[in-house]
Amino acid sequence: MLSVSNLYCERDERVLFARLDFAITAGEVLQVRGTNGSGKTTLLRILCGLNHDYDGDVLWDGQPLREVRESFHAGVFYLGHSPAINRTLTPLQNLRWYCASQGYEDDDAIRAALAARGLGGYEDLPCYQLSAGQQRRVSLARLALSPARLWILDEPFTALDRGAVAELELLIADYAERGGAVLLTTHHPLQLPTPPRVLDLDVLAGRRT
Amino acid sequence: MSSARRTLGLLGTLRASLSRELRVALRSPGNIVNPLMFFVIAVSLFPLGGRSDPAYLSGIAPGVIWVTALLAVMLSMESLFRGDYEDGSLEQLLLSPQPLYFHLLTKVFAHWLMTGLPLVLLAPVLAMMMALPGEAYGALLLGLLLGTPTLNLIGAIGMALTVGLSRSGVLLAVLVLPLSIPVLVFGAGLVDTALNGLPLMGLASLLGALLVLAAILSPLAIGAALRISVN
Repeated sequence: MLSVSNLYCERDERVLFARLDFAITAGEVLQVRGTNGSGKTTLLRILCGLNHDYDGDVLWDGQPLREVRESFHAGVFYLGHSPAINRTLTPLQNLRWYCASQGYEDDDAIRAALAARGLGGYEDLPCYQLSAGQQRRVSLARLALSPARLWILDEPFTALDRGAVAELELLIADYAERGGAVLLTTHHPLQLPTPPRVLDLDVLAGRRT
Repeated sequence: MSSARRTLGLLGTLRASLSRELRVALRSPGNIVNPLMFFVIAVSLFPLGGRSDPAYLSGIAPGVIWVTALLAVMLSMESLFRGDYEDGSLEQLLLSPQPLYFHLLTKVFAHWLMTGLPLVLLAPVLAMMMALPGEAYGALLLGLLLGTPTLNLIGAIGMALTVGLSRSGVLLAVLVLPLSIPVLVFGAGLVDTALNGLPLMGLASLLGALLVLAAILSPLAIGAALRISVN
């Protein structure tokens, strides 16, 4: 699905990773590990097409990213550090905009997705009245609305309570079972039925063996 | 469950995008009102600070109103991408499979509806204060109607480049004001032309041409600048 060959990236004259080769295929969960500052977020942003300061190739279905931008963007869901939720709008309005940006509208699905994240009854409250964890849940409700084949999740468990963490793990396992691929970073010990494949940036950079 | 699902064409997506932008703008009225207040106050300083005889005022009126409008537009640009940049919506916009070009055009258009259009509508009131003769009102309105969207489009490029910086005010002005000079010259010139009783067609066409050019080219520049800013 997504493959990387000979990826090299440096930041402020410090090499984050060099000669990085890996691929992620359908039904797979790949966890990127590394200490703070090891380049996890940078790697994820390169892979979803937000960061362009790198050498090497990122291929989507065997094609260079630049040439298949549209199908790539339609096939990838990215969740970054910031929730991408406008605080003055309600969860419903935020998700309507998200669905429109994916090319469809479906209020029933949005309500179902919000209810599934435990936000039933909060649909029409402005997001600034929600807690950080609840805003995070609104953001995660997009997972159910996205048609993507690959999820790229940067620290998806941040600010979530224990129940929500378990729910999200279930969601990830279920998605992988249905043939989706997940690439994520987290410092939380993942509880999945099949343990995820691990890509350790510290080991690759020779900081740790 | 997916019975209510409707596929949206490009226009449907853009309509959803426009309604979101308008809604967000209405939720923070300060971003709309502040540039207007600046426009009103700055123009009204001229009769107070300079001589207040109508002949003198009407002479400087076209320039004063146009320069102040330009500065008010620059002031309003700050809110265009700031919120979306800070909450991460901008990243999602860049990663959306929909064409970015039309989304950016929609965004700037929504911004103009909320900040530029009120400015245009307010201009006749200020023109009255500046003792502008009646025959020039049409030219002033026409010029601002064609010119403010152009200024918004140019300003959006500067804003897209500086959105990653915490304080972009002065840098934005330095980047954008030189590019705005043609609009200013033709816009104020249009009012002068009307005052002299000459035909408006020539300058109005030039302003129209600038608007078309800006509408076609600036979304490309804004998109490229945003990609650099989120990098």
